[in-house]
Amino acid sequence: MSALLSVKGLTAGYGGVPIIEDVNLDVAEHEIAVIIGPNGAGKSTLLKTIFALTARSEGDVSFGEKDITGLKTAQLVPLGISMVPQSRNVFPTLTVDENLDVGTYAAPPKDKDAVRENVLSLFPDLRGKLGQAAGELSGGQRQMVALGRALMSEPKLLLLDEPTAGLSPAYLEIIFDLLLDIRKRGVTILMVEQNAKQALRIADNGHVLVSGKNFISGTGEALLNDDAVRRSFLGGAAA
Amino acid sequence: MIDFINLYLVPGLTIGSVYALGAVGISMIFGILRFAHFAHGDLMTIGGYGVLTAVWFIPVHPLLLLPFGIALAIVSALAVDQFFYKPLRKLPTIYTVIASFGVALIFRSLAQLFWSSGNQVFISGVRMPVVLFDTFRISELHMQVILLTLIIAIGLHFFLTRSKLGRAMRAVSDEPELAAVAGLDTERVIRWTWVIGASMAATAGVFAGMDTSMHPNLGWNLLLAMFAAAVLGGIGKPMGAIAGGLIIGIAEETATFTWLSDEPLISPSYKSAVAFFIMVALLLFRPQGLFKGRLL
Amino acid sequence: MELTGLFFYLVSVLIAGGIYAVLCLALNVQWGMGGLFNAGIAGFFAVGAYASAIATTAVSSKHLGGFALPIPFGLAAAMIVAGVTGWIVAKICVRLKSDYLAMASVGIAEILRLVIVNESWLTNGSLGIAGVPRPFGNLVQGREADLLYLVMVWACVLAVYVLCQRLYVSPWGRTLRAIRDNEDSARAAGKDVDWFRLQTFVIGCAIMGLAGALSAHYFKFLSPSATEPLLVTFLVWVMLMAGGSGNNKGAIVGALAIWFIWSATEIFTSRLPPEWITRSSYIRMLLVGLLLQFVLQKFRSGLVPEKSPKIRSD
Repeated sequence: MSALLSVKGLTAGYGGVPIIEDVNLDVAEHEIAVIIGPNGAGKSTLLKTIFALTARSEGDVSFGEKDITGLKTAQLVPLGISMVPQSRNVFPTLTVDENLDVGTYAAPPKDKDAVRENVLSLFPDLRGKLGQAAGELSGGQRQMVALGRALMSEPKLLLLDEPTAGLSPAYLEIIFDLLLDIRKRGVTILMVEQNAKQALRIADNGHVLVSGKNFISGTGEALLNDDAVRRSFLGGAAA
Repeated sequence: MIDFINLYLVPGLTIGSVYALGAVGISMIFGILRFAHFAHGDLMTIGGYGVLTAVWFIPVHPLLLLPFGIALAIVSALAVDQFFYKPLRKLPTIYTVIASFGVALIFRSLAQLFWSSGNQVFISGVRMPVVLFDTFRISELHMQVILLTLIIAIGLHFFLTRSKLGRAMRAVSDEPELAAVAGLDTERVIRWTWVIGASMAATAGVFAGMDTSMHPNLGWNLLLAMFAAAVLGGIGKPMGAIAGGLIIGIAEETATFTWLSDEPLISPSYKSAVAFFIMVALLLFRPQGLFKGRLL
Repeated sequence: MELTGLFFYLVSVLIAGGIYAVLCLALNVQWGMGGLFNAGIAGFFAVGAYASAIATTAVSSKHLGGFALPIPFGLAAAMIVAGVTGWIVAKICVRLKSDYLAMASVGIAEILRLVIVNESWLTNGSLGIAGVPRPFGNLVQGREADLLYLVMVWACVLAVYVLCQRLYVSPWGRTLRAIRDNEDSARAAGKDVDWFRLQTFVIGCAIMGLAGALSAHYFKFLSPSATEPLLVTFLVWVMLMAGGSGNNKGAIVGALAIWFIWSATEIFTSRLPPEWITRSSYIRMLLVGLLLQFVLQKFRSGLVPEKSPKIRSD
């Protein structure tokens, strides 16, 4: 199994204090991988460091066969990585259509209309709202716009920071179903999730991060059944 | 009634057009770079002098020489951004505000140094106003100013909504961090913000200088009204700034009309206080402006 | 230059430097301690100057008063009137956030200027007020009077410094800095942020008024064009940034340092060929503008940096 994304010994932080330390992580092609862990474990920082939004102090990142250590965000997007941040992830005064369009600027696709059609087929709800300002939509619909924008650059790897944060349980299901659909279209997903149990159920592999360090990794199922993980991170109850 | 239109409304629309074009830049810079650009008025002055100088060498109508003023303003704006604002970008924005305050002084002293501190006119001689429908009088210049501003406003609207660059600018203004996540080149967006802001400032400066005369304090004296216009239109909303500029211009002029008695409602000498009170009232009660601009 | 000439030149530089030091201390209260941006310094300076002039000049038909009061009353009047003006302004504007307050303060200075120019019954308009008395004016004349005035100005600097220093170390000053560095947490700790800001603004304005009064009694004549308003405001900002905002000693050191540089360039530019002399003040303005950029980029904490630990990310 060759890894699409490979993180080796990654250390990063703000102002000299490391938030993540010596983190190792492999994400295989076409998988859904989820990072879980307690608050403040550095999950978001890990994602941001991979995407060059937070400065890395040590370690290497490779994508496909390519070493992407030290590349800027604007260079990673054309290579096929995009990210959806946890909050403020749409441009509120731009229309839904304009939000999607902005997603193509860093990596213009050959046939923009086809990509747009393809993305909209994932989110049929958005079709009727293309002319509406994204800020006026409901939380769940905004999340779809955010995912849509990230998919417009035709990424191979999608980084998601808590895609279900603040959403109702009903929407949580919808978003997770969407992620499975997106994976079916050949996109690899690496996400951070608070709803660990549900996330591990749809994930191929899970990684537990504690105090900025690797704690344990394994298949979603294995982690769901692991006693230590269950006690500490899944609220104790059996999965 | 026709006096009201001829003597208050049309001059209000004219000065309002000047405010509008200046306020576009202030609003965009506030939206994208997040600071109040105190040197914007003086950038107008620089643009105005650029055209004035061109008129000395090429004796055609000053409006045809606008590109010279625009070019000078663009170069000046990009230079001060590169040398004076960019190094402060990671600090709290109030430092950039202070820097721009200093740049205002730098621009003005350069204008005084190169073009003297006196009043200078673009075209000498009195021109007869155009009379339409028997009683409607409008000077040729006022007509040109209002028409050109209208054309620029329409062009700006299409640029911001249809072009890739315009949408990228609105995106950076909306959510700069998300724009970086989407891989947009923020520095490029910033450069174009200066180019557009400076172009419009230069145009406004020429309009203002032709309406009265060119002098080094020309732009600084208009700054307050332009800030008010930008706030009125909603920070980061260039089209709102245009509307705001026109409203402030008309409000200033018509506030001196004999509304309630034979006396002007507000003495003309306090005209510029109108903009201030509109601005402060907005900031306190509706800081997002008329068109839902961004909050600080 | 003969030696006594040089000496009295130095005296005049030190008097003006002292007046700027008072202004700089005032701005340090507003900006250095309170984080309130004020681009309208010249306005409050002028209000103080006119208040003291009207209070102390002989009765005149040309403007309000004068009331021929002793000079200490003039100084007090200057502080009260400038403070009350500041209070009215603060009542309206103090809730505005940083950049907005900066924009509003430009307008305030403009309105104060309009009042001074237009309300002739009050200020004699653009003709100005003449015959503003000097303290002990009937005892000493000429250059010796300057020496006496120098002592008085620096006594005021000292008094303001002691006051500001007391404010800085008091619980009040600590709260103020807490608000400056993190408004939200100060608010969460139950501090009435707006009330503290209002007090800060008023105190600063009153001190600016005092500086205005000192300048009126020094020049003995006052008109709207006596000072380039923007230059005053701007110089004070450069002085505070160069001296070290947040530090009262820094405010005084910065005021003197920049004023010395400013005065020294005058000596230099007075030797320029005549066709350049008329432009020399513009060259000096240009240089001060550039100096501010240098200070902001390379020298942000100033000559005498603030000592207490800062939370702000600078």
